[in-house]
Amino acid sequence: MTIYLIIAVVLLVFVITFQVAKASEYVSILRGEEANRKQNNKINGWLMIIFLILGLWGAYICNNLLFKKTLLAYPSASVQGDKVDEMIWITLAITGFVFIVTQILLFYFAWRYQESDKRKVFFFSHSNKLEFIWTAIPALVLTVLIVFGLKNWFYFTGEAPKDAMEVEVTGKQFGWIFRYPGVPGHFGKKYYKMIDLANNPLGLCWRDSAAIQIKDDPYAHKDVVLEQTMYLIKNKPVKLIIGSRDVLHDVGLSQFRLKMDAVPGIPTTMWLTPKYTTEEMKKITNNPDFEYEISCDQMCGNGHYSMKGIIKVLTQEEYDAWWAKQKPAYLLAFPIDTSNTKVTMIDNKQQHLFTKN
Amino acid sequence: MSHNLDATHHHEETFITKYIFSQDHKMISKQFLITGMVWAVIGGILSVIFRLQLGYPDANYAWLENILGKWWVEGGHITAQAYYALVTIHGTVLVFFVLTGGLSGTFANLLIPFQIGARDMASPFMNMLSYWFFFVASIVMLASLFIQTGPFSGGWTAYPPLSALHQASPGSGVGMDYWITAMALFIVSSLLGGLNYIVTILNMRTKGLSMTRLPLPMWAILFTAILGVLSFPVLLSGCILLIFDRHFGTSFYLSDIFVAGTALPNEGGSAILFQHLFWFLGHPEVYIIILPAMGLVSEVLAVNARKPIFGYLAMVVSMFAILLLAFLVWAHHMFVTGLNPFLGSIFVLLTLLIAVPSAVKVFNWLTTIWRGSIHFTPAMLFAIGFVSLFISGGLTGIWLGNSSLDIHLHDTYFVIAHFHIVMAVSAMFGMFAGIYHWFPKMYGRYMNNTLGYIHFWVTIIGAYLIFWPMHYQGLAGMPRRYYDYSTWESFKQFADLNRFISTVAAVVFLTQLIFIFNFFYSVIFGRVLKTPNPWKANTLEWTTPIHGIHGNWPGEIPEVYRWPYDYSKGGRDYIPQTEPIGPNEIDDGH
Repeated sequence: MTIYLIIAVVLLVFVITFQVAKASEYVSILRGEEANRKQNNKINGWLMIIFLILGLWGAYICNNLLFKKTLLAYPSASVQGDKVDEMIWITLAITGFVFIVTQILLFYFAWRYQESDKRKVFFFSHSNKLEFIWTAIPALVLTVLIVFGLKNWFYFTGEAPKDAMEVEVTGKQFGWIFRYPGVPGHFGKKYYKMIDLANNPLGLCWRDSAAIQIKDDPYAHKDVVLEQTMYLIKNKPVKLIIGSRDVLHDVGLSQFRLKMDAVPGIPTTMWLTPKYTTEEMKKITNNPDFEYEISCDQMCGNGHYSMKGIIKVLTQEEYDAWWAKQKPAYLLAFPIDTSNTKVTMIDNKQQHLFTKN
Repeated sequence: MSHNLDATHHHEETFITKYIFSQDHKMISKQFLITGMVWAVIGGILSVIFRLQLGYPDANYAWLENILGKWWVEGGHITAQAYYALVTIHGTVLVFFVLTGGLSGTFANLLIPFQIGARDMASPFMNMLSYWFFFVASIVMLASLFIQTGPFSGGWTAYPPLSALHQASPGSGVGMDYWITAMALFIVSSLLGGLNYIVTILNMRTKGLSMTRLPLPMWAILFTAILGVLSFPVLLSGCILLIFDRHFGTSFYLSDIFVAGTALPNEGGSAILFQHLFWFLGHPEVYIIILPAMGLVSEVLAVNARKPIFGYLAMVVSMFAILLLAFLVWAHHMFVTGLNPFLGSIFVLLTLLIAVPSAVKVFNWLTTIWRGSIHFTPAMLFAIGFVSLFISGGLTGIWLGNSSLDIHLHDTYFVIAHFHIVMAVSAMFGMFAGIYHWFPKMYGRYMNNTLGYIHFWVTIIGAYLIFWPMHYQGLAGMPRRYYDYSTWESFKQFADLNRFISTVAAVVFLTQLIFIFNFFYSVIFGRVLKTPNPWKANTLEWTTPIHGIHGNWPGEIPEVYRWPYDYSKGGRDYIPQTEPIGPNEIDDGH
């Protein structure tokens, strides 16, 4: 019902607008075109200055309403994010200044130099001096921004510290899979043709396969695989090794101010250092439901909007306690006798199971 | 045939050769314009529907279901697949069919022969083909909205593997074949048009019209056409490789993919390769959109400020700088793809360099209206609005072009706000300025001013209300292309704002209908033009008769003696280009 009401109102507004427009044309004929044109000029000139003032005031109001909803209202959750924030403030200061000055000049000129019988136009067609000034100044200012930006860029994309922990992140339609090496520094090999949705979502090399020239990798038997939630340690740098199982995805870490695409067949990396645990962040943001969310930031299909992962940042002790409880994915998939940690040998029964797949 | 045409030489024209398969540049420009307007309305409706989903996700859209059917709206809710199809087709249509085909097609065809003093384009037949390829591309794109699995829905950038694998999304099935076909036809249209524009401008200028006496829209269109001719073929090749990957089992873009329960055989391809090919067109494309708008706006500002455009040579040089840099910045769309960081740093440098010629242009426009005598025609209002939007959107480009900020803001609403302001809305403003300004030339009538004023003020206020707050959503990390934000702890605080933006978007869309009405009403009933030169402008198009004739000038083509911007010179309001330089006069052109 409301839709019909809305349509009726819209039609009414249209009709009124057209009547006003038509009437104004008659008025212009009655009063003379020239007089009418001058009056329109005056009205629009004043609207220019009103638009400028209301616009700047509106920007201020908008900032009051929305600033606290942005990430800038709270400290960044990563060491890298602090540098991003610093860049934001520097860039905002420069572009904000230019924005205000140029918009004021534009609308002030529009109002001030509207047609008038009292003033003559100043014929001014070029000035090399002015052109030089406003080529050189932007170039200098941009140099400053480029220098700051690239310094940070090379820091973000540079090598992760040696003591960084490593986690592999894999995107898939529509969720995230995380892999921790069972032996630090040694991820097991994987191959996408080994993927088995029920037991082996990453295709870890748990057996030999002559057909696809894959050898069983002992390290692969020890890797811990998690879905949807990743665990990180406060103040410990982490290097994410990012990949995708199907289409493009993107590991978007908004609170950490970083993101990196997940590309099938081409691993990418990103490193960061979390500054606050999830619990601390709940207090900082004053939101008991706060979570570090991983958003997929690259269009990946109809479920793109639901591709959420969670990061739990823990203290070292909490993390150690959690890690002690984790079991390698291989053992979860094939719960055989776990007393033998050397799982390189696969018994005949297992072999049979594999070939059936 | 066109070289021996004059007023005494009348063709027997049938309805079909005059209005449909016309080879007259004036008619072809109208065809481009009206096709573009149809697309703009369709694209606008698409955006209003997906904004409904974003603003009012829980409302009941049963009424829409009756109109659109179950694929789009099911159980009273707009479906996710429909949402993604809407954003994809909205983007494709607005970027290519409205702001490239509609904008360049209209004003290049209308203005080139008029402003350079030619009877018609170098090849009127190619020009006609250009329109009809555009028309067929339009039909194919439109048809894709009606197929069973829906139109392509992987975003207008069509990144593989999503766009290559029908298993990955229903929209990547037949819908994508239609999309690629439409794009290929569109590229052919654009190349035919572009070559024609370049050849005509370079070879067919009238006597005395040296390159440095060209009006700025001509320079803008020349550079636009060069950009298009050099970069569109790269997109075409990218699309052809995509067709191979989709149908012939190649692996250009595919590697190590396990999708819908099966591992695909493809190995060794690179999904990133497509992005390089796409953005090698895709970035110049934004200049293909904005340069003609800049040209039109420069002309409108000078005419209505009754003052020469400031720094004509600097304007041309800065456009040329933009042309060169446009080819060297494409990878700034790819900072977070795992691009080599050193390569990334080069692209930061080149990208931010573009801010220099852009700044030069803005300062020149400001100086042009400084101490002028401004006539606020609707065209002038839109030209001033263009400058304001170009400043606002250009400055956020400095944010996004810096990779260390892009690593945070990439693919968030900050990007949406940036590119809509700097190239979508502002190019639209350039187009509106052009239409209001040259409407009397096209139809021999005036548009209604009051409706023009209402159109302008609602649109500029609305545009800022829609896109300004989106910067804040971007600074909250809110990703683009999400069907629903309500389950996200990090982004759900913007539900109210989304409602507000959607409402304003609907109002702004309805306001555009006022413009559409004004346009068609004025074509038939508008106030009749009594003078051939209503704006007292200097350029050649205003020396042609009010009602356009085949061949444009009844007698000889006029000769040009000066640059087009002698406004308020030596106490005279304007001096047309056809007037010889006086004995004691200094030529202010170059």
